[in-house]
Amino acid sequence: MDLIIEGIKKAFWLLVSFDPEVLGITFLSLKVSGTATLISLFIGISVGASVALTRFPGRRIVVSLINTGMALPPVVVGLFVTISLWRNGPLGFMGILYTPLAMIVAQAVIATPIVTGITLAAVQQLPAKLRLQILALGATRLQMLWILIKEAKLSLLAAVMAGFGGVISEVGASIMVGGNIKGYSRVLTTATVMETGRGNFDVAIALSIILLLLAYLINLVLTQVQQRERPR
Amino acid sequence: MKKLWYSAFIFLGILALLAGGSSVTQAQEKTLILATTTSTQDTGLLDVLIPIFEKKTGYFVKTIAVGSGQAMTMGQKGEADVLLVHSPAAEKKFMEDGFGVSRRLVMHNDYVIVGPAEDPAKIKGLKSGGEAFKKMAAAQALFVSRGDNSGTHSKEKEIWKVAGNKYEGEKWYQQTGLGMGQTLNVAAEKKGYTLTDRGTYLALAKTLKLSILVEGDAVLLNIYHVMEVNPQKWPKANIAGAKAFADFMVSKETQEIIKTFGVDKYGSPLFFPDAGKKVEDLGK
Repeated sequence: MDLIIEGIKKAFWLLVSFDPEVLGITFLSLKVSGTATLISLFIGISVGASVALTRFPGRRIVVSLINTGMALPPVVVGLFVTISLWRNGPLGFMGILYTPLAMIVAQAVIATPIVTGITLAAVQQLPAKLRLQILALGATRLQMLWILIKEAKLSLLAAVMAGFGGVISEVGASIMVGGNIKGYSRVLTTATVMETGRGNFDVAIALSIILLLLAYLINLVLTQVQQRERPR
Repeated sequence: MKKLWYSAFIFLGILALLAGGSSVTQAQEKTLILATTTSTQDTGLLDVLIPIFEKKTGYFVKTIAVGSGQAMTMGQKGEADVLLVHSPAAEKKFMEDGFGVSRRLVMHNDYVIVGPAEDPAKIKGLKSGGEAFKKMAAAQALFVSRGDNSGTHSKEKEIWKVAGNKYEGEKWYQQTGLGMGQTLNVAAEKKGYTLTDRGTYLALAKTLKLSILVEGDAVLLNIYHVMEVNPQKWPKANIAGAKAFADFMVSKETQEIIKTFGVDKYGSPLFFPDAGKKVEDLGK
């Protein structure tokens, strides 16, 4: 119990003293996971909406694959991304292993199926007659897609939160593809693992608290947006 | 209302722009991948040495702290440029197979056998590591092993060979597959024995309820070498950087830092510098 209080004190101290290392780590977490979420939104919403609105053979298999992808374990993603990015591996020419960019790639791979799956469910849930009505009013297919996405925005914001929450909290992929390099690819989760290994439990607890605070603040902003947009 | 909906996107967009600025990849020839053991990172030694090296040479070092086994696999696959490891038998094989171009002695410290103060297997004060392992096996006292092909794990297997006991698959023998720090925590929580390098133990001693029970045997020496990966096998290896780092590790200035590292915090040094010495002369 003492340890937890020590950790809370430490977290408070690290935050009010603007500890440059902790600030850097926090900022990097935000940047990597934020960018990965953004990428996953572009891919996830377009793929999710397309699959939701079309009929083709094998569609059920595709949908079940997307749904399985929502449970993709970060370490598995980390392993495959690492092997592909090895400098003697298939994508080694890019030379991005052990960089924040590699972490963004891995996290985008983790978040994309989550966003895709939720988008798919959200768009599918819209009344089928809505599509006909929009088209009957003279909208092009692209305009229809845009209106449908806007209709589903409450669920889509949930997709943003789920995707972001999934990647900011994962450690398996980040430590493998980022390498937890000091001042370069160290994020809140990988730093927590390392400080635990070093026996610095107070620092580890402090980092965890900062991570939780960060996740809460981001979700608070997104929830505000979501709830104000609620249809009355 | 609409603005609010877009603000979330804009927020993430700003983050993306910020990320774009910093994730530009470093020029390859100025980046150096150092694969090393968890002990050099967990003790904080590299946090002291790497910035000095970077400042001096302009290289950017990517330190990947894994077990010695994994570090050497990375070297074998050409995924690291230089290795700082402590698994002499495996290192010799690595050199014989032509994966490395040079192997130089850097420093040593020693392994210690730690366990709960109650010491159920009564090994405290024994002078021989093999003898201690034998008694632990006879008493069926819980032993927590790294089990990760690290240098410490190889050393442990070596000592089991000396002891001559069957241990694999026994109920009292558990493998964590984790780094040294975490394994020590597991041993402390389960009141088990484990083999650890002294550096990591000292760094964690304040939070652990484990005491040093056996130390000082010649078999317990823990020797660190720096090895440069063979560029003939892996043309992408940064051989100039690897050589610069290996030279740096055995340089007089670095050896002086190693000698005093940890004294202020733990009262005794964590590593003993050995550049230029012979392995046979260590610990005398």
